[in-house]
Amino acid sequence: MTDEPLLRVSALSKFYGSRVGCENVTFDLWPGEVLAVVGESGSGKTTLLSCLSTRLLPSSGTASYRMRDGQWRELYRMSEAERRFLMRTDWGLVHQNPADGLRMTVSAGANVGERLMAVGDRHYGRIRATAVDWLSRVEIDEDRIDDEPRAFSGGMRQRLQIARNLVTGPRLVFMDEPTGGLDVSVQARLLDLLRGLVTDLGLAAIVVTHDLAVARLLSQRMMVMKDGRVVESGLTDRVLEDPRAPYTQLLVSSILQV
Amino acid sequence: MNAQSTDIATYNFAYLDEQTKRMIRRAILKGIAIPGYQVPFASREMPMPYGWGTGGVQVTASIIGPDDVLKVIDQGANDTTNAVSIRAFFKKVAKVDVTTETAKATIIQTRHRIPEQPLTAGQVLVFQVPIPEPLRFLEPRETETRKMHALEEYGLMHVKLYEDIAKHGRIATSYAYPVKVEGRYVMDPSPTPKFDNPKMHRSPALQLFGAGREKRIYAVPPFTDVVSLDFEDHSFEVQTFDQPCALCGAENVYLDEVILDDHGGHMFVCSDTDHCEKRRADGHHGHLAPETHSASGKMEPAE
Repeated sequence: MTDEPLLRVSALSKFYGSRVGCENVTFDLWPGEVLAVVGESGSGKTTLLSCLSTRLLPSSGTASYRMRDGQWRELYRMSEAERRFLMRTDWGLVHQNPADGLRMTVSAGANVGERLMAVGDRHYGRIRATAVDWLSRVEIDEDRIDDEPRAFSGGMRQRLQIARNLVTGPRLVFMDEPTGGLDVSVQARLLDLLRGLVTDLGLAAIVVTHDLAVARLLSQRMMVMKDGRVVESGLTDRVLEDPRAPYTQLLVSSILQV
Repeated sequence: MNAQSTDIATYNFAYLDEQTKRMIRRAILKGIAIPGYQVPFASREMPMPYGWGTGGVQVTASIIGPDDVLKVIDQGANDTTNAVSIRAFFKKVAKVDVTTETAKATIIQTRHRIPEQPLTAGQVLVFQVPIPEPLRFLEPRETETRKMHALEEYGLMHVKLYEDIAKHGRIATSYAYPVKVEGRYVMDPSPTPKFDNPKMHRSPALQLFGAGREKRIYAVPPFTDVVSLDFEDHSFEVQTFDQPCALCGAENVYLDEVILDDHGGHMFVCSDTDHCEKRRADGHHGHLAPETHSASGKMEPAE
């Protein structure tokens, strides 16, 4: 790992009129690091993620990203073409609802291959071989390659969405509640898979979740948000074992025990 | 250019008013300046339903002059309802000469075919286009497709071709086959059979495309590169037919299947009726052509 961060976020704020989306968020993300953003609904996690993934422009603040060539680029000063290119090569975005991130009417193979074709791969055999490889890595049978995601279960769709995002070897992946809406056994397998992929590929990731267990399993570092502000941040284990802010204490004590 | 005094309604030359023609000509000029780019225009109501060529008719009406000779084809044929009606329409509202012969026409309005006889410099081919957006069935949002054109993000077009190969083992798209114009814009060549795609490439004729319902005009100027999209390991191919035209014996032309009886009898004949008639008049004949190949009496096309 290098001694420079991958993403630098400084005093990022987003207001919806007079309402606060997120306010004054500052952090660095390092290569290979998984950062969890937790908090209850309405706490600004998703707004923050949308700003970082440049789907929303913030009201103020900056975010810089270190490109593959080592150059620092400020995200909100890049042209739309550059941002979209970044989005489909060096970044990934995993939506909570797979239908938002997949093309439901084209086959699984084409879903995985789309990014390759978008960056100019024009060899069918190669694209298909890569798609087969990625489907097996996310535990989808090869014989489902020509099926549409509509015919897939929720867990399979989510795994397909992950494959589709990782096929171009991104360095940074944004995940919005990646295990939301899945039952616990499927969730466990998906988390296991994600953890393996993140470690193997050395991905940096920002995972937005309201589920502290997911955050504990996936992330090294954690940010707790409330009413658009970061109330506490630190190593995941530290925050969960020794919560300091009253809100974090409340959150941690609200975890259901089986 | 007065309309017929006997008519109840009087029309401006070529039906459209001059302001409208100017507006459409501006769109055409912009289209020619940016080959393959879809120019929005204020499409008018025409005295025919959408889907019957309102876009093509407006383009033709805007470029036609009193000295022009108009040919209209519908799937290659001169004698189907759409072709006959549009020809009659311009004969009435512009009093222009009409023809069925490709070589004699200065403007050829077409619904989905390019004549077999190579076009020459100075001719204008006007296509009737139902859906101008090649990305439409992959990406339903117009805001998004426009952005994709603007940023030249055409990976999605290959997703469609990928799907074809995955499902059928080859690129099964046989019409409306996407092309890249002058190395920049991906364009829907209207639902012409892909057989005609190579004819668009560096054609000496000006090619104009009008979509009335979708309110778009686009153009391919003469001698412009028009390249059909494909994969390195699945290259673009046109349809081939295992037999020549049953009436004129022509090979390497686009053929229509014609059913002859209720017992499975059928034949393949030229889709371009003008081309077929010409060849028969020149003495060529296929295996089902009437033995008397003197073209006397009534000339009977296949249908």
